[in-house]
Amino acid sequence: MTTPQDRGLRESRGDGGGCSVLSVPDMRCFGCIGKIEAGLTALDGVRSARANLGIRRVTVHWDGDCEPPFIDTLDGLGFKAHEHQPDLAQPDETLSRLIRALAVAGFATGNIMMLSISVWSGADAGTREIFHWISALIAVPTLAYSGQVFFKSAWRALRRGTTNMDVPISVGVLVTFLMSLSDTLRGGDQVYFDAGVMLLFFLLIGRTLDHAMQEKARNAVAGLSRLIPPKAMIEHPDGTRAPLAVDRIDPGMRVIIAAGARIPVDGTVEEGASEIDRSIVSGESLPCAVAPGDTLLAGTLNLTSPLTLRATARAGESYLAEIRRMLEEAEAGRSRYRRIADRAARLYSPVVHLAALLTFIGWFTITGEVYHALTIAVAVLIITCPCALGLAVPMVQTVAARRLLEEGVLVRDGAAMERLATIDTVVFDKTGTLTSGHPHLVNGPTVSQEHLDLAGAIAAYSRHPYSTALTAIAGTQSKITFDHIEEIAGSGVLARSGAVTYRLGRSDWAASVGHPDGEKSSTVLSKDGETLAVFEFEHLLQVGADKAVATLREAGLRIEMLSGDARLPVQRVAAQLGIDHWVAGATPAAKIEHLRALRASGHGVLMVGDGLNDVAALAAASVSMAPVEAADIGRAAADFVLVREDLNSIPRTLQIARRSAHLVRQNFAMAVGYNALAIPFAVLGYVSPLVAALAMSGSSLLVTINALRLNGSGRMMQRNGRSDRVVHPPAQERTA
Amino acid sequence: MNATIFLIIISLCLGAAGLGAFFWSLKHTQYDDLDGSAERIFLDEHDRPLNPRH
Repeated sequence: MTTPQDRGLRESRGDGGGCSVLSVPDMRCFGCIGKIEAGLTALDGVRSARANLGIRRVTVHWDGDCEPPFIDTLDGLGFKAHEHQPDLAQPDETLSRLIRALAVAGFATGNIMMLSISVWSGADAGTREIFHWISALIAVPTLAYSGQVFFKSAWRALRRGTTNMDVPISVGVLVTFLMSLSDTLRGGDQVYFDAGVMLLFFLLIGRTLDHAMQEKARNAVAGLSRLIPPKAMIEHPDGTRAPLAVDRIDPGMRVIIAAGARIPVDGTVEEGASEIDRSIVSGESLPCAVAPGDTLLAGTLNLTSPLTLRATARAGESYLAEIRRMLEEAEAGRSRYRRIADRAARLYSPVVHLAALLTFIGWFTITGEVYHALTIAVAVLIITCPCALGLAVPMVQTVAARRLLEEGVLVRDGAAMERLATIDTVVFDKTGTLTSGHPHLVNGPTVSQEHLDLAGAIAAYSRHPYSTALTAIAGTQSKITFDHIEEIAGSGVLARSGAVTYRLGRSDWAASVGHPDGEKSSTVLSKDGETLAVFEFEHLLQVGADKAVATLREAGLRIEMLSGDARLPVQRVAAQLGIDHWVAGATPAAKIEHLRALRASGHGVLMVGDGLNDVAALAAASVSMAPVEAADIGRAAADFVLVREDLNSIPRTLQIARRSAHLVRQNFAMAVGYNALAIPFAVLGYVSPLVAALAMSGSSLLVTINALRLNGSGRMMQRNGRSDRVVHPPAQERTA
Repeated sequence: MNATIFLIIISLCLGAAGLGAFFWSLKHTQYDDLDGSAERIFLDEHDRPLNPRH
């Protein structure tokens, strides 16, 4: 349900051109790359098109005032494409800074390790001293460059009077380096430059992956604000018209609303009759007719003809403002979730610092030597360094996100995977999620081809969803030519051909002569008031909906449906899918209230929804998913975006999230177990630089290998099961 | 001892050259699409890397 206004997401440039990023999930090989790039470059005004197979996106640079029809072009080539959110298209400065720091640390680790190995294998005193000096020469600039990442973050935390994982890391690294420097000066035999730099290297790997997985700024609130243009046309009492900023419209003013524009403020219709898309309220795209006296809510879309509205509330008190407030509230509530890594960090730093401090005090009271006691305390700090802990979560999340991309699921926020693993309830929206967003003609075979073609020819003049569905299946040639065509808002299309009047629309309007089954919701084609054909429309179930719901239920989850649609269709879909808990006619506020109540009673809730009316509910749920056809704002509010039109992605995502949560716990257990094992040795003074380096890389390697196990599990099985569904786009042109 | 010093300096220079090469490739978007680069060798027409300063 993406309207052209919602789609204004491109980076405009001064010369009138711009850059668009398209998501093309079906791109698989060099053939696709070649076809996509050639097809897009051939368009007028396209300067360059570059496909990225790794993330399945195409970046197009274009000149001119309006964007060439990329999505239609790609559709013609056999690829489904979607406009991508601009926030993800911008280069990430922090990420490249982290990668540079990582590269420097990696370089230093490798070189210092070469020197250290010869020291450990028994170099004589002179060589050892020189090697220590060279190590210091490499390590100190590395510390200054790569270590900054941690120092800055630790300093920010300390200045605020709080602490984070970076405080113990910074303290540990700094103390290690100072000790090693002083040992180098004194010609001592134990320096920890290798361990210190390696520590930075491993921690930076974890930090870089974590950053890549972190959620990008959500722009759902901004998207809602952009829905209505900043100014509206006002008609003053004296009949003059002038544009006025929307937030300066007072109740009682008359507002002119053009066809195709969104209603800027709540009000009642004074003049005109039109059809309104109320999908922001109910999620239904089916237009409803309005006439003078009817109430209109801000944010709904005026479809067919201009209206004059009398404002009843200010912009700040309108329905849209209310939704925006709910969304902001829901997003603020979500940030209270504490990630498992943060919870671990809070426990970690006091324990480690206490252990090091006690070691120092203990050795000092026993031996009375400050320097010796300090050396051992530093060894404790190094051996307990959280590098395996820092890798435990990001490694798993990165591997899982990669797996999910193959499954057709885009992860917008790594922490969402943790939340997904804890859910026990799934709440679905109906239209656009469980059912397709467009109506389908269900009684097509019972209607004669002649009538179908005639209806299609008339329907071609209307943009009503039913008309679109009819035009799509009807034949293109009709023998009848029309002299006059008129669309009557809320009723249907009237077509005159000579003396004959055809009507296509609501049964009570189109057919004055009663038609056979007399069902009110059907659409009728009539000739001079006599029924020719009856058309029944229904929203079909989405691909895989029944199987996905069944799988989720088998997994022990409670399934609910929360729809803004009327009772009857909701009940029918609920019966088809066997969903016992359903609510019909839910407003966005009611949806949020329902989700809050569920969460307050201790449930973890996954919300799957697509429409503008679901945006706030998506943000209010513990974790959320949106199909890729969803409104841009819906996709921006969701944690996961389902790229394929197959709801079976939901149980698969859940399965991978649960497996990831299991692996994360295992990784934590390993990292903590390793620390528990190593601390006694360190406290007793048995840890040499060699032991520290071995232990550190060993534990990090173990955690990484454990995370990679996610790649192996169940992959073969799924690949076999999926192969029959893979439609390879280039196939259709191979014969040409 | 002298030989060792030379070797160490040479090895450090080689390492630094590697680091420099990595930075260069990073800056020229060589790591942006590893899967795509693997497939692009099959494309016949001349294929130039995307200019990062576009």
